[in-house]
Amino acid sequence: MAFDKMELRDIEVWDGNFAAAQALRQCQIDVVAAYPITPSTPIVEGYAKFLADNYVEGEFVMVESEHAAMSGCIGAAAAGGRVATATSSQGFALMVETLYQASGMRLPIVLNVVNRALAAPLNVNGDHSDMYLGRDSGWIQFDSYCPQDAYDLNFIAFRVAEDHDVRLPCMVHQDGFMTSHTAQGVHTMDDDTAYSFVGDFKPMNDMLDFEHPVTHGVQTEEDWHFEHKARQHNDLMTKVMPKIQAAFDDFKTLTGREYNIVERYDMDDADVCVVCMGTSVETAREVALEMRAKGIKAGVVGIRVVRPFPFFEIQEALKDVKAIAALDRSAPGGAPGMLFNEIAGCLFNTDTKALLSGYIYGLGGRDLTKKHLVDLFTELQANVDAGKVLTPLQQFIGVRGPKLQFL
Amino acid sequence: MLEIRWHSRAGQGAVTGAKGLADVISTTGKHVQAFAFYGSAKRGAAMTAYNRVDEEIIMNHEKYMEPDYVFVIDPALVYTSDVTINGKEDTKYIITTHMSTDELIASQPKLKGKEVYTVDCIKIAQETIGRPIPNTPMLGAFMKISGMYDIEFFKESMVRILGKLPQKIIDANMIAIQRAYDEVK
Repeated sequence: MAFDKMELRDIEVWDGNFAAAQALRQCQIDVVAAYPITPSTPIVEGYAKFLADNYVEGEFVMVESEHAAMSGCIGAAAAGGRVATATSSQGFALMVETLYQASGMRLPIVLNVVNRALAAPLNVNGDHSDMYLGRDSGWIQFDSYCPQDAYDLNFIAFRVAEDHDVRLPCMVHQDGFMTSHTAQGVHTMDDDTAYSFVGDFKPMNDMLDFEHPVTHGVQTEEDWHFEHKARQHNDLMTKVMPKIQAAFDDFKTLTGREYNIVERYDMDDADVCVVCMGTSVETAREVALEMRAKGIKAGVVGIRVVRPFPFFEIQEALKDVKAIAALDRSAPGGAPGMLFNEIAGCLFNTDTKALLSGYIYGLGGRDLTKKHLVDLFTELQANVDAGKVLTPLQQFIGVRGPKLQFL
Repeated sequence: MLEIRWHSRAGQGAVTGAKGLADVISTTGKHVQAFAFYGSAKRGAAMTAYNRVDEEIIMNHEKYMEPDYVFVIDPALVYTSDVTINGKEDTKYIITTHMSTDELIASQPKLKGKEVYTVDCIKIAQETIGRPIPNTPMLGAFMKISGMYDIEFFKESMVRILGKLPQKIIDANMIAIQRAYDEVK
C-alpha cells in the first residue's frame, strides 16, 4: 500500500475528537470535505494531518461552508468512495438541507456530530440540540458516551452504512467537550485489524462506473416521491436494526467490546431508572450504583441507536420498572422532550403501569452533577412509593431562578 | 479517586499538562480522565483544567469536583480567581509564585490553614525552556509533593509524551521538571 501504517499502543489516552480522527484514518476514507466548527474541528484537522503525513490515501476538500461540505461528501459518495466529515451545532444546522439529500440518495456517508448547543444565545458547549435537529433526516444515528465509543462506533457506522442492503448515511454523535475534549484511555485496534472490520469499499450505483450509467438525485413529484420515501422508511424500520446488531456482534468478537442497541445497566431488578444519552449515561450509572447502596434499586437505560428509534428494545428494557425519568438535553420548544414522547409511545398499549416523567437538563453545557442525579432517583422512588407522579411531568434540572415545571 | 484541578491562563499549557499527566498515569495501568473548561476563552483568559485518576474505569463526567490537589500555574490567579472553591479539608495546593509560602498566605488569607506548597514555575520555565510555559515544571513539583512516581520514571515518560518536540526543548523540559521537583517547598 502506498501509505504508512501507524503504531499504536494498546491503550492510548485520546479525547473523543482524536479517537474519531484515528478511526477515520484506519477506515482509509477516500474523501473528507469539511468546514471547521467548534468543537468538532479537530476530527477533520486530524484526518488532514494524517493525510499530509501519508497515513491515509485520500483527499481532503476544503470548502466554504458546511452546506458545501456535505454537498461535497454527497458528490464523492455518489461517485463511489468512502466518505466522511464532521460538524457541530450551527454547521450541522446549515447542513440540514443536504442531510436529506444524502439519505434520500442512499449514500453511505459517515458524519461525526460533536453535539453542541444551537444559538441564540451563541454557545459552543455540549447539548443535544443538533442531534435532535437531525432526527427526522433519514440518517442512522449512533450515540457515544465516552471517547472509546466515539472510536468504536465509527467503524460500526461504516460497516452498517455501506452494507448494500442498507445504503444509508450514519451519524456518530459525541458530547461536545464532555467527550470531544476529554482525554481518557481508549483501547485501540492495530491498523490491519481495524481496516479488516470495515473492509474495502464496495461501490453501488457509483457514477464513476461508466459501463453502468446511473442518475442520482432525480425529481419525482406526486407520482413517485411517496414510494421512494416509504421504501426508505421501510428499510430503516426493518433492515437496519438487524444489520446494526450483526455489526455489534462481529465487533464484540473482534475486540471484546460490547455494544447494544439499547444499553441496560442494573436494570434486571430496577424499580426506578433514568433514560438518557451521551456522557450522562455513564454519570448516571455511577450514581445508580451509589443509590443501590442506599437501598433504592436504581438502573440506567442508555440509547445507543437514536435513529432508527429502538421501539421494541425500549419496551423490553422498561417493562418491569416502576418509575422512569426521560432526560432530554435539548430545549423541546413548546412540547415534552423527544425521549419523553418516544418512550411514552413505546409504552402506550403495553401492560406497564410505569410512572413516566420528563426532565430537561444540561443546555449549553450546563453541568449534570451526581447530586442532581441523586435527587432525581430519590424523586422517582417517591413516585413509586406514592403510586403516582408527584411532580409535573416536565421539570428542568440545574437551571437558576424560579423552578420551571410544566404539564 | 484522585482529583486535580488546574488554574491557568489559556495558552500556559494546563490542558497539555493535564493530558500529559493522564498519559503517564495511564501507562501504569490506572484509569484516567483529563478535561478543561474552555468557554470561549481567549489566550490569557483564566481557565481551569482537570484530572481524575482511579483504579476503576471512570464513568463520572460531571464537571463539579472537590479536588485533592489544586495546581495554580499563573501567580496572579490566586488573587483574581477563588482557587480554594470546592476544596476539601485536606486539599493540597501547589502554587506558582516568586514568594515564600508564608508570604503568599499572608497576601491571600483564603489560603490560611490550607496545605500550601510553592514553587516558581514561571521563572523555572523561563530559565530552562526560555518561555513562560509553567505546565511541565508543575508536574515535577507534583511528583515531589504526591510521591506518585519516582522522578526518573516520570521524566522518562515525559520524554515520550513530548516526543515530537525538538531535542533541545525536551532536554530543557527535563531540567525544568527536575528543578521544580527540587525547589518546591
